[in-house]
Amino acid sequence: MRTAFITELIRLAEVDEKIFLVVADLGFSVVEPFAEKFPDRYLNVGIAEQNMAGLAAGLAMEGYSVFIYSIGNFPTLRCMEQIRYDICYHNLPVRIVAVGGGYAYASLGPSHHATEELGMLRIIPNLIVSAPADPYEAAAVTRLMSRHSGPCYIRLGKAGEPVISRVEQPAELRVGQILPIVTREGATAVFSTGSMLKYVTDFLNENGIQASVYSFPFVKPMDKEVLTELFNRYRTIITIEEHQRNGGFGSAILELLHDAIEAGTLIKEPTIKRIAINDTFYSKAGSQDYLRSIAGLTLNLDLFKTEDL
Amino acid sequence: MDAKSTTYLAGEIRKTALSMVYEAKSSHIGGAFSMADILAVLYEDVLHVDPSEPKMVDRDRLLLSKGHACSALYAVLGLKGFFPMESLASYGQDGSSFLTHISHYIPGVEISAGSLGHGLPIACGLALAAKRKARPWTTFCLMSDGELDEGSNWESFLLAPQLGLDNLVVIIDYNKIQSLGFVKDVIDLEPLIQKFEAFKWEVFTIDGHEIQEIYTTLSSAKAARNGVPKVVIAHTVKGKGVDFMENKLLWHYKSPNATEYQQALGQLD
Repeated sequence: MRTAFITELIRLAEVDEKIFLVVADLGFSVVEPFAEKFPDRYLNVGIAEQNMAGLAAGLAMEGYSVFIYSIGNFPTLRCMEQIRYDICYHNLPVRIVAVGGGYAYASLGPSHHATEELGMLRIIPNLIVSAPADPYEAAAVTRLMSRHSGPCYIRLGKAGEPVISRVEQPAELRVGQILPIVTREGATAVFSTGSMLKYVTDFLNENGIQASVYSFPFVKPMDKEVLTELFNRYRTIITIEEHQRNGGFGSAILELLHDAIEAGTLIKEPTIKRIAINDTFYSKAGSQDYLRSIAGLTLNLDLFKTEDL
Repeated sequence: MDAKSTTYLAGEIRKTALSMVYEAKSSHIGGAFSMADILAVLYEDVLHVDPSEPKMVDRDRLLLSKGHACSALYAVLGLKGFFPMESLASYGQDGSSFLTHISHYIPGVEISAGSLGHGLPIACGLALAAKRKARPWTTFCLMSDGELDEGSNWESFLLAPQLGLDNLVVIIDYNKIQSLGFVKDVIDLEPLIQKFEAFKWEVFTIDGHEIQEIYTTLSSAKAARNGVPKVVIAHTVKGKGVDFMENKLLWHYKSPNATEYQQALGQLD
């Protein structure tokens, strides 16, 4: 995903002279081609994320479309107030990009587990919060957000993820778009955000489960009309995210379900089952898959209806 | 530079800010008074700004990082004609855009600030943008002394010399009092000159109430494009201009009652 991001950013910067990349001393073997090609629109501020976010706000005030880039929690939690106040309150075109969403840096421990930021960021006004699933979504979100007049957050996975095959692959995305990956006859749909998508599609394919899958590259906002349609279509919806259960993607789905109930737009109410991290830090070394498994970020056959199997 | 008219402006800033704070029953008059002379010099003689065109591309940018002292900045902007003076009557009132921490929704105000330690990183962005775009403006950042406790500032103090931001002028309103006491008792900033010199800034020290000295220093700091950012340590008195407010922690918080308001106004006249 990070390769898709930087490749797309370089392509965009060739035609859009406003694009400016700021890093906080991370991005080895990723950002160098951008820095070499556009030295006047690149800056390494050093290991100083608060300064990176504030300085980016200043650049954006002067007309730049700024991307700030770092890993894990550093460009988000470390400078949360600068994001809220300098960037989002002033409603500036700063795109906050974090590589290593979820347990991508599994063995490095909780300092590097980006598992709370979606919840923290999605309650900030003006901020679009995105978590692409694969290189295709990462490039499309980068392209879309580079033209956005306000701030956004882009949570990337790591490098080397495959592009997920899908029923539709629109050339351009809309903000809030929900993407069908596979639609099947069963009564259950899995809603996935971020890089959990590959695991989900693999699990369903390997077990021959007749459930549908939708990818949510945006945790905020979401296309409410499409979402309401999906609420009406499926009896069970399983949400899955590499994030804490409190306040994350599944919580956002529950909130929007409740809003739909309140608005009277639901014909029937689906059961929502949330797969997320259960309010816990994990201090074990291991691969990303291992961390996901001990954190319970897995599907099992019991989650599905008999007609799905 | 006409010291008499600048001194007069400083007095008007103090009287206007005092009335705003009195009517709104708001705080922070002490920190507004300590920087009033600096603001008067900036707007009378130093900043390249146009009240009829607040967003003029090559204007000088002044960022008030100590946003709690906004009454004085609103006052000088009103006095200079960025908006009608009458609108200041709404300061802090229901529905007013004149928040009691500085708001960028007011013409002439570059950024909102309230949480401390935010102005300087943004100022670095503005100064860097001028460099990269080869534009002539100077970015000024007016900060408090207590604010220097915030670590975010020191990230910027490290970076600005590295970037050669000689179009950036930081002014420290060193009134020696912060929220819970004297600066020297909370976190002593001294030796402050040596700290900034060690960080590779060009350092100026002035009496922040001497109009001519403020002017001479800010003008030369603005003019010198020598590859080095500038910091002006302005020694000031919190509550300057009203004897019972001067150097008193209380006036970081207190809003004057009717008697105090009349007494203060009398002294400022």
